Amino acid sequence: MSSSLPDRAAQLRQIQARRVETRRALVAWLQAGPMMLVFALFFLLPLALVVMVSFWDYNEYEIIPAFTVRGYVESFEGCLAQMPSLCTTLKTYWQTLRLVGMVWAITLVLGFAIAYFLAFHVRDRTWQVALSLLCTIPFWTSNVIRMISWIPLLGRNGVVNRGLVEAGVVEKPLEWLLFSEFAVVLALVHLFTFFMVVPVFNAMLRIDRRLLEAAHDAGASAWQTLWNVVIPLSKPGIVIGSIFVITIVMGDYVTIGVMGGQQIASAGKVIQTRLDALQFPAAAANAVILLVATGLIIAALSRLVDVRKEL
Amino acid sequence: MRRRGIGFWALGALFWAYVLFLYGPTLTILVLSFQGPEGGLTFPMSGVSLHWFRKLFAGGGIVDIGAAFGRSMRLGLLAMAITVVMSVAAGMAFRRRLPGGAVLLYTAIASLIVPSIVTSLGIALQFRLIDDLVNAWGVEDWTTAMGLYTSGLGAHLTWTLPFGLLIMFAVFNRFDGRLEEAARDLGATSWQSFRHVVLPIILPSVVGIGLFGFTLSWDELARSSQAIGSVNTLPLELQGLMTTVTKPDIYALGTVTTGVSFLVIGAALVAIRVLQARQARFGSDAGK
Repeated sequence: MSSSLPDRAAQLRQIQARRVETRRALVAWLQAGPMMLVFALFFLLPLALVVMVSFWDYNEYEIIPAFTVRGYVESFEGCLAQMPSLCTTLKTYWQTLRLVGMVWAITLVLGFAIAYFLAFHVRDRTWQVALSLLCTIPFWTSNVIRMISWIPLLGRNGVVNRGLVEAGVVEKPLEWLLFSEFAVVLALVHLFTFFMVVPVFNAMLRIDRRLLEAAHDAGASAWQTLWNVVIPLSKPGIVIGSIFVITIVMGDYVTIGVMGGQQIASAGKVIQTRLDALQFPAAAANAVILLVATGLIIAALSRLVDVRKEL
Repeated sequence: MRRRGIGFWALGALFWAYVLFLYGPTLTILVLSFQGPEGGLTFPMSGVSLHWFRKLFAGGGIVDIGAAFGRSMRLGLLAMAITVVMSVAAGMAFRRRLPGGAVLLYTAIASLIVPSIVTSLGIALQFRLIDDLVNAWGVEDWTTAMGLYTSGLGAHLTWTLPFGLLIMFAVFNRFDGRLEEAARDLGATSWQSFRHVVLPIILPSVVGIGLFGFTLSWDELARSSQAIGSVNTLPLELQGLMTTVTKPDIYALGTVTTGVSFLVIGAALVAIRVLQARQARFGSDAGK
């Protein structure tokens, strides 16, 4: 009896501690719950519905809740038969990947250079904040307006064409400046280089400046320091920025539609076209294909770096 | 300190070229929106006037811009308020032990990078199915559950909340937890410690979350496209106008929209500066 009393006390304390723990966790989830609920209702559930409806049938007026793989089969229709030439879906994805590749390469080089300038050449803290703010402000303004604003510059009678004609560089206005692949790449770089600059800049700020001094003292040239010190240490930022840029361009349909004059196909635009025709299951099947393609790219990229460590 | 080499000047030139690239086009339409009544979509300017602004607000034109303006404004303010409250609350939750918190974090990141059109399609499907269910239930005069403040607001929150949460993460990564411990040791309740210690310190960043919340909603297009219901927000009207308008009204509308953005950005930045200055004034000088 006398020996069990302390045991009992310890037991009680344990129960008490567990209760406090549970209560704390409960309070914590009361605070985090509303946000989780919004994501569950407006993101996770809709995503699940996209997958579900992608296996449904449809006719001209309605969607029919009966299992079928029609949406997928139609998307890949003729893909095997037409080999080695590409079917529509594969062509669209090839076109999209080409755009992704171009935009990614440009934003990577440009974003890295901008971030490098801000992180290493601008030494005054106030200037650093002011200049990075200067790069951020356009992100808070409308993408559509930033697209529209290319019209007076690149249009047939736009500033660029007028200048070129007057200078005698070309005889008649260039047609490929606006509503073309060129315009799409230009606008995407214009809109989304920001998503590369921020994570790379962030990674660069964490680099210990003494490492650069050490590299310099050990006789490394500027290029060697860049290649062997700065780039490896900026890798997490580069990967995160790349994930942002690549996923944005993969799923984009607004920029490609507007700047491409609705003439350029892309993975995102296919979904929109299906939606406009009210073919929801077909749109959903294309959305699932897009998700899988994007997921594969992210998986490949995140093998390069432990994203969890960088948050 | 080393001398500034050629790298500095080359990258500096590139940086300012990039800034010009960022702002130049927008400035062009800002200027062109003051085009004279006879002017067209591009230079030269044929006089300077407020003609296109007057035409814009006179209404009767292509679409009811005033109404779209009001809708976007109300939706933006609501999205901002919800984003701020939910982000701060969730951020505080992560300061305690939050079992399964990783799920929330990964969901937020996924919401950020899943293509907008997919999220938008999902919400559209969801509300279609809800309507079908309600109709099957036999509710009379039911039109749709889809609307600005249901599906539309939800779509915007899937875009604004991840930014809010990530900003809170960045804030609390640099937050000195000893301040909260000190408050607790002095007998403050959880609420008092939040209200009088944590909130004043994080307030500049909270204003930043509000800035993201409003501007991202105000300009949102891709997610709204399928999920907004029968009425349009301002960016959707703008996109619609792009293909039909051949006069500078669209520039005037662009100038007004950008003007609102800049007002909000300016107000937020001033507020953040004032709050930071206040902190510096009243902040402790212990240990200095």
